[in-house]
Amino acid sequence: MSPKTLYDKIWDAHLAHEAEDGTCLLYIDRHLVHEVTSPQAFEGLRMTNRPVRSPDKTIAVPDHNVPTTLDRAKGIDNEESRIQVEALDKNAKDFGIHYYPVSDIRQGIVHIVGPEQGWTLPGMTVVCGDSHTATHGAFGALAHGIGTSEVEHVLATQTLIQKKSKNMKVEITGKLRPGVTAKDITLSVIGATGTAGGTGYVIEYCGEAIRDLSMEGRMTVCNMAIEGGARAGLIAPDEKTFEYCLGRPHAPKGAQWEAALAWWKTLYSDDDADWDKVLVIKGEDIAPVVTWGTSPEDVLPITAAVPAAEDFTGGKVDAARRSLDYMGLTPGTPLSEVEIDTVFIGSCTNGRIEDLRAAAEILKGKKIKDGLRAMIVPGSGLVRAQAEDEGLADIFKAAGFEWRLAGCSMCLAMNPDQLSPGERCAATSNRNFEGRQGRGGRTHLMSPAMAAAAAITGHLTDVREMM
Amino acid sequence: MDKFDKLTGIAAPMPMINIDTDMIIPKQFLKTIKRSGLGVNLFDEMRYDDDGNEIPDFVLNQPAYREAEILVAGDNFGCGSSREHAPWAIKDFGIRCVIAPSYADIFYNNCFKNGILPIALPQEQVDVLMKEAEKGANARIDIDLEAQTVTTSDGDVFSFEVDAFKKHCLMEGLDDIGLTMEKAAAIDTFEARARAERPWV
Repeated sequence: MSPKTLYDKIWDAHLAHEAEDGTCLLYIDRHLVHEVTSPQAFEGLRMTNRPVRSPDKTIAVPDHNVPTTLDRAKGIDNEESRIQVEALDKNAKDFGIHYYPVSDIRQGIVHIVGPEQGWTLPGMTVVCGDSHTATHGAFGALAHGIGTSEVEHVLATQTLIQKKSKNMKVEITGKLRPGVTAKDITLSVIGATGTAGGTGYVIEYCGEAIRDLSMEGRMTVCNMAIEGGARAGLIAPDEKTFEYCLGRPHAPKGAQWEAALAWWKTLYSDDDADWDKVLVIKGEDIAPVVTWGTSPEDVLPITAAVPAAEDFTGGKVDAARRSLDYMGLTPGTPLSEVEIDTVFIGSCTNGRIEDLRAAAEILKGKKIKDGLRAMIVPGSGLVRAQAEDEGLADIFKAAGFEWRLAGCSMCLAMNPDQLSPGERCAATSNRNFEGRQGRGGRTHLMSPAMAAAAAITGHLTDVREMM
Repeated sequence: MDKFDKLTGIAAPMPMINIDTDMIIPKQFLKTIKRSGLGVNLFDEMRYDDDGNEIPDFVLNQPAYREAEILVAGDNFGCGSSREHAPWAIKDFGIRCVIAPSYADIFYNNCFKNGILPIALPQEQVDVLMKEAEKGANARIDIDLEAQTVTTSDGDVFSFEVDAFKKHCLMEGLDDIGLTMEKAAAIDTFEARARAERPWV
């Protein structure tokens, strides 16, 4: 048998049909649904009188529009947001799919809820009408974002029309240095490949530094595979993966667990597998990083200075000029001197318990800079409850952070959590696009520990100085 | 879905790389539960000022490009979010074809589901078409999907690649859910086998 990559193995195990022209139908094991990209898909089913083929494999949760303020039980003020969430309530009920409504403590960001509830398991195919579905690749699941037409296609057929992607290996060798996190790995990879470097590929992340990461760190890495253009990011499952899954509400139990485990242990890339592209980065070369521009590829170590447009070539010269203008930055300014107005800790990239622990470690016994706006938005109701049990919430509140309810919040600002024009934010989310966090808002992406450090000083800060 | 076979139209030049889906349709317009009506908000933050007035410099606000049916843009067009609202907004504005050196994967797929043809051409050919587009209404670009060609008003012809199945669906305006449902037997067979092999799924 010819050697295979992990991606090849999962692909082969889910190939339901292959046409003569190579067009494939890939079977989908888990379909995650949220309120923004699904209403038109359900409407399409109604218009064509089609049922959801596998409601038991379909899981919905509202996250993008939901208020994160403590008074959210009173309902959603914005009419359009409210209608969208109500539409999901109705669609979940009408079509009989699993649902975590806003009132459920298990509600949260779809990519945090899926793994937390054991819906996401190794070797599965997972899709969602959301580009950050790549998150679930941390389990060795083939997971990617789809558009609304494809959401409708999966609802109706439990399959997706696909062409196979190419295989790319990203190896992070050796150990990370102190203060360097999963977020720094994933941003540094995008900095190295560019936002289109992964286009046409599924990336498998491997190497000692990846193996050393916890499951939550691995989710952070895979989450941003899409920002590098890849269809999906994958990490081969190992004992950490199995331990994370064991006992989750929807993970297999008893004999089924044993059977699952036996298969999961075959899910790795063969030693002599063929790779279409390989990138190797030494773990020791990765520093705590921040973004300076309006593309996730605009990554630099915190010790660097704001670049000049002329430092780049091709179309990036104009793009960098536009970014610097939008961001209000002067070339040559040390990044650590860039003052911020706001700190946002949360999102599907960094809204899990370990992210909150990392922030709390820095914030313990400290206060945020006077005048700063700072909020922590846990990724799910269960993460929030755990942070309260562990005393993290008390640390955040004592430091001056707002302690919010779960949702996507200021990552994409569809709810009232938004930046004002010119407002500069240290954010643990995944996109620094123009207007992403609010029209005219300026986003610097970084790890939770770096965001916490910036909250204390009021400017972008090298977290290693606080360790 | 609307069929796409041939198109002769005005092309609007947007010589920027990494035009992301947040630029194409900002998040405040994702709250709709419909597919239609988004054209007025296409490129909203570049197109209108804080008071909602048109920014005259923006290409689609210029008289020559208000009726544009083709968009010529830089590398990695449509990167970012999976929002299909991006192609919905493009289509609703009246643009049926985008030409760029490369596209983000999800956006590219989404276009075909909505009767939009995204054409990828080498940078130097896109550069020629960008110059052509800058002539405004004086230069119309011809797109022929059957022949897989782009022809400038000066008669330069560029050939492009497109997946045979996607081309077929676009030319015939086919609903791919219907096509997949014709393969229900294959899906049933696969599902039964998968259930036996991986009952925990």
